Amino acid sequence: MTDTSLALDPAEMPSARRLPGDLAIWVFILAEMLAFAVFFASYAFARSKDVEMFNFYQQTLDRNAGAFNTLLLVTGSWFVVLAVQAAHRDDSRAAARRIGLGFLCGAGFLTVKVFEYAAKFGAGISLSTNTFYMFYISLTFFHFMHVILGMVILAILWVKTRQGAYGSRDAHGLESGAAYWHMVDLLWIVLFPLVYVMR
Amino acid sequence: MQYKSQAVAKPYFIAAIGLFVAQILFGLILGLQYVIGDFLFPHIPFNVARMVHTNALIVWLLMGFMGGAYYMIPEEAETELFSPKLALAMFWIFLVAAALTVAGYLLVPYSTLAAMTGNDILETMGREFLEQPLITKVGIVIVALAFLFNISMTVLKGKKTSISLVLLLGLWGLAVFFLFSFYNPVNVVLDKFFWWWTVHLWVEGVWELILGAFLAFVLIKTTGVDREVIEKWLYVIVTLTLITGIIGTGHHYYWIGTPEYWQWWGSIFSALEPIPFFAMTVFAFNMVNRRRREHPNKAAVLWALGTGVMAFLGAGIWGFLHTLAPVNYYTHGTQITAAHGHMAFYGAYVMVNLTIISYAMPILRGRAANSNKSQVMEMWSFWLMTIAIVFITLFLTAAGILQVWLQRASDTPLPFMVAQDKIALFYWMREWTGVVFLIGLLVYVASFFVGGREEKAA
Repeated sequence: MTDTSLALDPAEMPSARRLPGDLAIWVFILAEMLAFAVFFASYAFARSKDVEMFNFYQQTLDRNAGAFNTLLLVTGSWFVVLAVQAAHRDDSRAAARRIGLGFLCGAGFLTVKVFEYAAKFGAGISLSTNTFYMFYISLTFFHFMHVILGMVILAILWVKTRQGAYGSRDAHGLESGAAYWHMVDLLWIVLFPLVYVMR
Repeated sequence: MQYKSQAVAKPYFIAAIGLFVAQILFGLILGLQYVIGDFLFPHIPFNVARMVHTNALIVWLLMGFMGGAYYMIPEEAETELFSPKLALAMFWIFLVAAALTVAGYLLVPYSTLAAMTGNDILETMGREFLEQPLITKVGIVIVALAFLFNISMTVLKGKKTSISLVLLLGLWGLAVFFLFSFYNPVNVVLDKFFWWWTVHLWVEGVWELILGAFLAFVLIKTTGVDREVIEKWLYVIVTLTLITGIIGTGHHYYWIGTPEYWQWWGSIFSALEPIPFFAMTVFAFNMVNRRRREHPNKAAVLWALGTGVMAFLGAGIWGFLHTLAPVNYYTHGTQITAAHGHMAFYGAYVMVNLTIISYAMPILRGRAANSNKSQVMEMWSFWLMTIAIVFITLFLTAAGILQVWLQRASDTPLPFMVAQDKIALFYWMREWTGVVFLIGLLVYVASFFVGGREEKAA
């Protein structure tokens, strides 16, 4: 952390290197990503001890559902990008609509995931079945909770955007929330290939 | 002081320091019993001395938290305390209950105490740190609820700042998690599982919020840095604490009969627990470096910086040392744990209490800061106690490493008591360092009675 951290008002920074959103949300995002990074590294470590077992059980995962979910999250992120752009043009109505669409993408993700979990839990799989499933369930569940938190943030942003809280003069809060939502997306883009696809 | 009702903090602080002295005296008795097993036997057996040592610590820290909150909340909320009378009444109830409990520990056998205090109605006794008789536990809940009611009402009628909200969150959490001390299932795994909900979620969860709020308050007052900046830091620290600390509870679930995934969850999340403590260190130094005024109370600033450093070392580094499951497989329950426990409690919670006491006490006694002479003495006590605890920690760490080697890792492991005999040298060194700590504490107490030219009240 530099000496100037958390004291500079981003609005005072030169526009070329302006940090979108609040510095505090970036510290938060980095901490979250660090937690997932340690989790991913632990997965790699555990897998290296028993590659065959991991590969075997990886085949039981629903890759189509995972791929569809990836599409949903990337699309959701795209809507949120469009929302921030609309806010910068002072078009609050369009911004709110796009935040709403982003929220729906998140809801779609959760729905797909619930079906996926139902199938796995229905087959009697649990955290204690084996190390692969332990990681599969833990990682996707922690991510699942982050999607929910991201959607709560989007819901708040939707309400505030409709009230015209963000515009070309100040879209600080919206950018902060958008950055968090992109993180949820980014984590999945690492998680999906790592757990579902890579062999 | 700005608000008359802040004065109720004073008796809390005085009692806290008194119990601190008792805690250290019993610590020295205990330390000696490690090497002279029958010292003071049968009058004060080891298990009783240990109970008094740990319970006195917890109670004086709670006293300090309450006093600190009573001092801080009126100033933050910019209004008088909801009921100073209730606060004083609770002080006496708490103090008398604590004294009676300690007297009970010392005067009658523990089983007799249990029979005398209705442990058969609801069995809650006999568990480490939660040894208090049922009536004491109920008393703690009543005092805590009255205290929370008092400060919550004060905040509700006054200004709601981020710092007081974080403090309230921490204090309410403290009360809620204490309720698990009443839950004592017969199944030992479940017993331990929920026992940690009080013990771990206190010190590695909600207490950290209290710590952060106190530190933020003293830093605002002594450095003059903008509240906005300090509050943002506080939010970051609180978030990091909760992300890592809650599931970090898992590092206690490795070997107690809980499912194996706790070894992963506990390792991963608790490996990140040093981060909020590191953020606190950076926070404290950053704010003092960009200070806008020279506060006359230099001792308080020293304690604040010390908290940042020592909490990170004791809780962060010494915690990380043995938090990963493969390491903990060898180290759990050894002197490594004791080393971590001593430095973490001192660095985080003793020091933050001494920070708020150091800042508030002169003001409660009608001056902005103590005389230079008194502050110099206080700073001497800071260094004596802090260096002593560093060496206590190092000696216990050495003892722990040897113990792990002799008793667990070696090809020909020795029985526990044989290994203990072989590490006795480190226990002796710890005991002498403990004497230095006591001297530091006595210098600290003496600094309150030193006169000289004092800074006038602001």
